[in-house]
This record gives sequence, structure tokens and C-alpha cells, in this order.
Amino acid sequence: MPYIPHTDADRREMLATIGAPSIDHLFREIPAGLRVAPGSLDLPPALDEARLIDHLADLARSNRHMGVLDCFLGAGIYDRYTPALVGALISRGEFLTAYTPYQPELSQGFLQTIYEFQSMIAELYGMDVANASMYDGATALAEAAILASGVKGRHKIYASAAIHPHYRQVLETYCWAMDLQVETLPAPDGVTEGWSGVGEDAAAILVQHPNFYGVLEDLAAVRSAADRAGSLMVVSADPVAMALVKPPGEYGADIVVGEGQPIGVPMGLGGPLVGLFTCRQEHVRRIPGRIVGRTSDHDGNPGYVMTLRTREQDIRREKATSNICTNEALMALATTIALCALGKNGLRQVAEGSVRNTQYAIKALAEAGGKLRFPGGKVFCEFVLELPKDAEAVRDRLLERDILAGLPLGAYDARLANCLLVAVTEVRTKAQIDHYAAALKEVLA
Amino acid sequence: MTPGRRKTVPVPRLIFEKSREGRMGCNAPVADTPEVDLKAAMGSLRAELHLPEVGELEVVRHFTNLSHVNYGIDTGFYPLGSCSMKYNPRVNERTASHPGFARLHPMQPPATIPGALEILAGVQDMLCAITGFDHITLQPLAGAHGEMACLMLIKAYHDSRGEGGKRKVVLVPDSAHGTNPASAARCGYSVRSVPTDPDGNTDLAALREALDDTVAALMLTNPSTLGLFEANIVEVCRMVHEAGGQVFCDGANMNAMVGMTRPADHGFDCMHLNLHKTFSTPHGGGGPGCGAIGLQKHLEAFVPTPVVRRRADGSVELDAHRPLSIGRVSAYYGQFLMEVRAYTYLRAFGREKMADIARHAVLNANYVMERLRAVLPPAYDRPCMHECVLTAEPIKKETGLRALDISKRLIDYGFHPPTNYFPLIVHEAIMIEPTETETKETLDAFCDAMIAICAEARSNPELLRNAPTTQIVGRLDETAAVKNLDVRWRPPARHAVEA
Repeated sequence: MPYIPHTDADRREMLATIGAPSIDHLFREIPAGLRVAPGSLDLPPALDEARLIDHLADLARSNRHMGVLDCFLGAGIYDRYTPALVGALISRGEFLTAYTPYQPELSQGFLQTIYEFQSMIAELYGMDVANASMYDGATALAEAAILASGVKGRHKIYASAAIHPHYRQVLETYCWAMDLQVETLPAPDGVTEGWSGVGEDAAAILVQHPNFYGVLEDLAAVRSAADRAGSLMVVSADPVAMALVKPPGEYGADIVVGEGQPIGVPMGLGGPLVGLFTCRQEHVRRIPGRIVGRTSDHDGNPGYVMTLRTREQDIRREKATSNICTNEALMALATTIALCALGKNGLRQVAEGSVRNTQYAIKALAEAGGKLRFPGGKVFCEFVLELPKDAEAVRDRLLERDILAGLPLGAYDARLANCLLVAVTEVRTKAQIDHYAAALKEVLA
Repeated sequence: MTPGRRKTVPVPRLIFEKSREGRMGCNAPVADTPEVDLKAAMGSLRAELHLPEVGELEVVRHFTNLSHVNYGIDTGFYPLGSCSMKYNPRVNERTASHPGFARLHPMQPPATIPGALEILAGVQDMLCAITGFDHITLQPLAGAHGEMACLMLIKAYHDSRGEGGKRKVVLVPDSAHGTNPASAARCGYSVRSVPTDPDGNTDLAALREALDDTVAALMLTNPSTLGLFEANIVEVCRMVHEAGGQVFCDGANMNAMVGMTRPADHGFDCMHLNLHKTFSTPHGGGGPGCGAIGLQKHLEAFVPTPVVRRRADGSVELDAHRPLSIGRVSAYYGQFLMEVRAYTYLRAFGREKMADIARHAVLNANYVMERLRAVLPPAYDRPCMHECVLTAEPIKKETGLRALDISKRLIDYGFHPPTNYFPLIVHEAIMIEPTETETKETLDAFCDAMIAICAEARSNPELLRNAPTTQIVGRLDETAAVKNLDVRWRPPARHAVEA
């Protein structure tokens, strides 16, 4: 096994130095009844590298991936353009195989990239500060709710019904464990409403922007409702949409979180992703996870360190602002590199391409027999398409033609059983959209 | 090896300082659909967006040059205790980059991803065999997330027995990782500390004293963070169970046990694994992690959804009917591409070679402990498992220099420092985990450097106090970093933004 370089001579010499007769002897503190004989576990046989690659390639090929399907499925994870240099740079061993930068002198490269990440994410959301990343968008939202509860000393979270259902489920799990209550704000027409129902017991109001149905929320209304209740305003926002729309920070959001995957990270069946977490300056000492700051050494050379460390679990233990330790540093690096490569102009180009493709698809699919379910709402790259038939059946028929048509919504809301959530990013072409429309027309005929 | 000279590289500038209006660093897609009025489509638009504008080559150089001032396993020995910084095989990167894995959408129909489900089920099966647990779930996204998920299962279990209201305490040894008490707090538990006895085991008398019907669980790391196998583990689990509590195993130190002993046999009810430690998925500068959890049958009803299950005929399905589940702990299937890497690693070892991992990890750690014994005595004089905890207390008493000074000097010798000041109960702790993937020559060079540094501590202490001197920065002012908090670049003159 090449991963273990020991020769017989090495083992002999090392055991002689230790003064042990055998490797087994080194395990003598494990009670005999708890030991298992090496090679006795119920595991498949070892594969050499060539066979390993073949075996994994066979498994990979059995999946219908986005190289063979035209992807119109989004719902929080998007098939977007990633500059080729991203993969090349994040696979450099100095980044890929580094540990958390607890030794700053040896980690200046990574630390600077995190500082740049924090700068760009805070800028995108129009917020004061960003942390070094969370696990994913869903857990970032749950952490935001918990932060808000701590700030306000209140135990009720008002969450929009138009937040991604999986995010809501993660929020519910976290809140259950912390004994926080989650109340739902309805969104019967595709945007959140029911602001008058937000009580003064609210720690936070949570919305998604654009929301699960692709519709942009009225963030000014969220801010007003939060002000009336004396609660924090928390927004989960698509970072790509931020290239065009006014960011939540400009509406006075207190915490803005999101999923960074659409910028530089493969879909990868939903993992690893990268959670984005930003807040106003006044909450920075409660921010969960790592944060990198700029400082200098004793000779005045500028450098970077992990800072505000007394918030973290390894120092503060049960009083820490979160239990998060490992985050998504490598994916955050991918997002950083992609944002640098795209830059201001590229991110706008990608976002505008999504809007153009989406507006074109709305027309084309309407002509094919679909209907925009929430016509009053402004959308970015995603919309709910109502069909005259069961959406899941239509999705399956279109899959036969290598089109991944969207997400059938019946499983999340019975009233939407005939609805598909359709996403159209900048990488789709007019020809692919036309092909989808033509196939839909046939399936609906 | 003798210490080198200061690295001479261009002083890193921020990417923002390299920005020039109008540049772009990639050939981004151009839509071929008709143009639209953005304001009509989207409402009020953003006026300013301060992102860098840099050419493609400049982006590549920026990050390549930054990588040159960063240390990784690929560049040198990384003996960080409790972190299992082993070689990350490149074949894992190759298999995980296959578009048949990398380009899958988490909400595409399960029927279209049989190979992906087979990977998930395969990792679960192999981890069941290695740990002895009845059930594995791959939902948690990192180690601390796995700890928290396990405590949630325990909470749901006590709730189901009508005891959730009174069992509000989690016991944590004084040697535990900080994530243990932090995860307990995240589940609404209060934390009570359990001391370690003079031999480095859990103090049984103190444990007995701490156990009552308010205790929900004991969180125990085995082997402990002292690098020692918990000698009384069977008795510890028995005592906790007798008091109605559950026992969680912090699996950070699984590398000592792979193929040699199974935690489920020790009496644990559940545990988390760090696939990014034990099973070679790369740490990536602090993540992604991958925190699989294993559990005994009585906790299975509560596992997070979705559940990937192998049917009797060998095929794999998603089991949606989980009425007692704690719910989702993450949005999708967990860290899927990390599971592909772990699967690749596990299949490379297979039944025949799996135990070689722990056997050589333990051999390497004992070898280092023995070679350094004369200059840095072990905190507890017992055979260690995959890591050894030494103390610089004698050197501190004699010279005033601390473990941190030794570590910083080690950087000048070309090595990443070991873990310092952890576990908290050992004075001037130096925690060394060599892992199985290092050669005897590397270990010898490292030990020679440590011995030389301990001599320098007496002959020329300034060398340690001023270290490191070979990197682009010396020791950084962390107090100033907190006091003058600067955590982001800002555009030079920011104007009010109005659309």
C-alpha cells in the first residue's frame, strides 16, 4: 500500500527503538475482548488504482449528470459557469492539503484569501462584515436565527413560507434543539405576507430573496415589520442576483446569509457547499465561526490572523457563539477565485444572461402551454410554471428526452401539484430553451 | 536540517489593489437570447458593485503566489495532534471530479442517480463494518455537526421515553475537545466536567459522583485526547447506562482504531467520524469536513432524513417514512463529493489492508514519543495510541520558554508545529500525531529538529523567542488584530449608493 511507506526494516528498527516485540504489543492497552483480528472485518477486497478508477467511473456513468441532461432545475443549487482556473487553483496542494490556519506564519496565503473572501461577500450583500464561511446556506440561516435569539433574548422566529423547504426543515431541527419556536409567515401568492401577525416576541423575521418560488421579496416591508416588532431582519439571498438587485444591506438587514455554491462550486449532489454569513458591525462579536483580520508582526510587516478567537469553541467551550469548528474553507476559496475571475463585469454578465434566458424561457414555455403561476412577482433566474397536468409526470416524460425540467412542487404544497419550479441560468442556450418548449408542447398535447 | 533564511517572495498585495476598470479574468458566457429591460424585469437595480477587475493571468498569478506562502501536507510534515494530517491520495481527487459525480443536482429524481446512492450506501456499509455500529448516516457536514446530531438523537431518545424533561446535563471530561461542550450547549444542555485520574483515564469515582437521573449523556473521546486508550471504557459505559444515560464517542481519534477495535463493541451508543481526518479527505485549509455518525439500533428511529438504505436484495433506496426523525440537519445528502473520496480510499485498502492504517499510525506515534522522551517527557508514561502528548514544563521551569516558542522555532526548521496547549489539563502540552503515511526518515528529521531546539532553549534562547524568522512574517500581533478590528477591504471613497 503506497500510502504507508514502511519497509520491514523500518518496522524492525522502530520497534527496537520503542522496545516492543511487535506492533500488536503496542495495542496491549485495549482489552483483548475488544480487539478484532486484522483482516477480519466484513469489507470488500482491496482494489489497485487502475481498477479503482474503472470501478468509480462505472458508478459515475450510471448517474444522469448535467453533461447529458439540459438542467432547468435550481431551487437553491444552480448549474452555472465556473471559470476553468478555479479547479486548477484550488487543487494546488498548498491549499488543498492545508489545515485551519492556526499557525499564521505558515498560512499567510490562505489567510489572505479568506480576508478577500470576507471583503467580497460583505460587499455583495451590502453588509459590514462576513465570516470565513459556514457549512451551507441552510445551516447559515439556522445560525442567524440563533444569533438573533441571543441578541434579542427572545425565543420566537418568524420564518417565511417561501423559504426553501429544506432550509426551513434544518431551521426547525436547530430550533427544536435550542427550544426556540418557529412561526410561519404565509406566502399564498408567491411573496411573503402577514406582517401584522409578527408579535413583539419576535427575535427575527427570516425571508429568502429571491424566495423559493424565484420571486423577489419586498425587503422594505420586511424592514418595517422588523422595526415594528423590534426584531432583527434576516435575509437568505442568492449571491449572483446581488450583481443586479439592491442588496439586503441597503434595506437595513441585520444579518444576510446565503449559499455560495453558484459562484465557483460544483453542484456535487449538494455537497460540499459553502454557507455565506454576513452581519452588521454591532453583531461581529457574536458571529459564528472563524473570521480573519489584518494586523502586523513585530517588524511592522502586514499579515493576517484568525481573530475574535474568544468567540470560538476551542477557547470558550459551552459559552462559544457556535459549535462550528471546521467550515468550508476550500469551497470559500473556490468562490473567492471565481469572484476575482468574474469580477464586477463578469458577475453582471452572468446575472444579466440569467435574466435574459429566464425572460425568454417564460415566454417560450407559456407558448408551449405553461402559465406563470405568480405573474405579479419580479423574478431573477427562476419561476413557477403552472401546467395543465401533474408536474411530476411531465418532469418524468421530459427526462426521457434528456431535459431536467425543474422541481415538481406538489411534494411541498399540495396546491402546487401541477407546478414546476424552473431555473434558467446563463449557461443555457436559446436552442436548449427552444428544445424544452417544443418537448413540453408535445408532452402536454 | 538547519534553519533556512527568510522567504523572499513578492510582498502579497490584495486582489483589490490590482484591479483596473474594465478588465475581466475569464471568458464568461454571453447569452444568445434577446436583450431585456433589466429594470422592468427586476425592479430597482444596484448602482455600484466593488468587485475586482483583473485579467485572467493576474488571477492565476495572485493565487499561485499566495499558495507559495502557505504550508500543506503536500509541502511538508504536519504533526498536528488530533487532526490526522495524513496524505490525501490524488486518486480520490480524480474520482471525485468525474462529471457523473460533480455535476449531479441534489434535487434530481433519485432514480437518475443509482451510482451516487451506491457510493453513499457503500460508505455506510464499510463504516458500519469498521465501527461495529448498526446504522451510519452521512448527513452531518463536519465533526462538530456530527457531535451535535448525535446529541439531538440522544435528546429525541430521552424525549421518547418521557425523560427529556429531567435529563438536562451532559458530562464532558476535562480533556475534551471544545466542540463537545459547545455542541451540548447547542442542544440546550448544561455541561458538567468530569476529571481525569492520575493515569490519564476517566476518574471513575468522580464519574459515579456525577451520574444521576439528570444526566442525558457522557461525551467521551476514545482514545482520549491524551492519546491514551480509555482503560475502563467498558465499565464507564456500563455505569452511564445504569444511570439511564447515553454514551457518545468523539471519533476524532478513530485513526488509532481502524481495523483493530470497534467503538460499538466498547459500549458506545453513538459516535461521529471525521472522514476528513481518518479517511483521507483533504482539509482544504479548514474545511470541508465530513462528519458521518454511527449509532446503535435503539437510536435508529430518530436519524436525520433523508435516509439512504440498502434493501435485502442489495439495491439502494431513499427511505422517506421516518416519523420519529429529528428532521434534516443539512440541506441535501451531506458532503457527497467527500463521500466519493472516502469511498475511493476505503476501497483502496479493503478488508486485507484496513488495519494497516491504525497499526502504522500507532507505531509512528510511539516511535516519536520514545525518541523525544529525554527532552520532552510524555505527560502520562504509558504506551500511546496514534498520538502522543508531551510536556515542555521542565523546559519552561528551567528557561522560561514555552511550548509555543518551541513550536515557532520548529517552523524555522521547516516543519509545521504540533498542537500546543491542548488538552487543557496538561501543562505546556505538545501533542504530536505523525499519522501512518510518514516515513521513518521524516520522523527522524523531525525528532532531530525537536532535540536541537530543546538544546537551543538552553544555549541560545533568543533563537526560540524570535522565531520564526524564515517566513514572510514573524509572530503577528493578535491583540492588535482584535483591538483594531480590520476584517475586510473597503473601496477607498465609498459614495452613497442609489439606484
